Amino acid sequence: MIARFLAAIGAWLRNSVQDLGFAVRSFFLIIASSGGLWRRPHLLIEQLFYIGSRSVLIIAVSGLFVGMVLGLQGYYTLSTFGATQSLGQLVALSLMRELGPVVTALLFAGRAGTSLTAEIGLMKAGEQLSAMEMMAVNPIQRVLAPRFWAGVIAMPILGGIFTAVGVIGSYLVGVVLIGVDEGSFWSQMQGGVNVWKDIANGTYVKSMVFGIAVTFIALFQGYQAQPTPEDVSGATTRTVVISSLMVWWLDFMMTALMFSK
Amino acid sequence: MGGSGSGKTTVLRLIGGQLRPSSGSVNIDGQIVHTLATDELYQMRRKMGMLFQHGALFTDLTAFENVAFPLREHTDLNEELIRTLVLMKLHAVGLRNAAQLKPAEISGGMGRRVALARAIALDPELIMYDEPFAGLDPISMGVTANLIRNLNDALGSTSILVSHDVKECFAIADYVYFLSSGKIVAHGTPAQMAVSTHPYVKQFVNAEADGPVPFHYPGKSLADDLGLHAGAGR
Repeated sequence: MIARFLAAIGAWLRNSVQDLGFAVRSFFLIIASSGGLWRRPHLLIEQLFYIGSRSVLIIAVSGLFVGMVLGLQGYYTLSTFGATQSLGQLVALSLMRELGPVVTALLFAGRAGTSLTAEIGLMKAGEQLSAMEMMAVNPIQRVLAPRFWAGVIAMPILGGIFTAVGVIGSYLVGVVLIGVDEGSFWSQMQGGVNVWKDIANGTYVKSMVFGIAVTFIALFQGYQAQPTPEDVSGATTRTVVISSLMVWWLDFMMTALMFSK
Repeated sequence: MGGSGSGKTTVLRLIGGQLRPSSGSVNIDGQIVHTLATDELYQMRRKMGMLFQHGALFTDLTAFENVAFPLREHTDLNEELIRTLVLMKLHAVGLRNAAQLKPAEISGGMGRRVALARAIALDPELIMYDEPFAGLDPISMGVTANLIRNLNDALGSTSILVSHDVKECFAIADYVYFLSSGKIVAHGTPAQMAVSTHPYVKQFVNAEADGPVPFHYPGKSLADDLGLHAGAGR
């Protein structure tokens, strides 16, 4: 009984280390295979369109509503302290430091991440990746690397769009609808936001790190999936679950590093 | 040739370097496949073409783009020359006029022929065919078999074809190996194999139910499973 329990723990540990090692190896293989993109940038541009441009709508609409809700909730809370003129600063800092990059990453995992996993998994199931290998074309270089870099480049841009549209949403609710003073709204925002700390670090660095994590997880899950319908669908689910947990963990770590006094 | 699970596709994957042998080695043109570095392996694969069982066409590309894929990846030919070559390859498989159709818009047999055109796009020295006749109607089967033989003769290449279609294989092959449980059990020319008295070959060629290859997966008997042996139920 005890021996079996210990054997199970041993097997779990061994498998976990093996999976981790394979993931790290795959990550470096993608990085090492990225040089070819300089020779054929159209592969990257194509993926930027599929992964980035096609995610703009859901990101912008979500940003608008998150900003509107934030404007409304922020106004209710601040009005109890008589500080509604700080609404612009509250909204901007919340969006730039946290909500913008985090919600964008979660939406990106659901919209683009699942699509990447399913695409790679189905390419594997249809033997397209094997066919590529037999045609002396490296699928990591031809398929994974362009998608990876497209995700890494698209995420900060999408994060920026989410934040900008979110600020507009809160302006519409706070200033246009409720009647917060427009001058205070923008001037408090201008005075309270630090370009490097809040926008460069908060939105763009965080988003880029999330982009690396989410895109790699999506590609790795698709590439690792067994060529069966159950495993491809399981891999798609794993992409969302693992990406979301990873985003929360990375967000906590980066917030602690970036904004601790 | 061999039944399902006899190891036919595994042999092709070993030759192509997609699988590593647990023992033994595959020697192609003086090179031991599993000892090659990645770059050398890819270099060697440029001399190979492979037709996959289900075609493995890129579903987001048209038939034209599928055939052009290896040419664009491995040559610096201009677009005009690529177009000419692709149309010639598609013409060879009878699908020049389907060049702009996507895999979803053509039948399985036509898809297999597009995949064949793609496999020969770079005029390979070795062409491997994985079950090229599976799921084809009798007309497509005959056409594909003749196409394979004619392409082989025209390109002067070596062809390795794995299949369990006796009639088509015997019609086009120069030499046949029979595989069972991962081992070669018989080999010879199609004429020799047609009259072979080897129990496996005889059963396979004549599609007999009785022979060394059991129909049922090995295990308990039906009587044991249903508890019908003497004394059961007491």
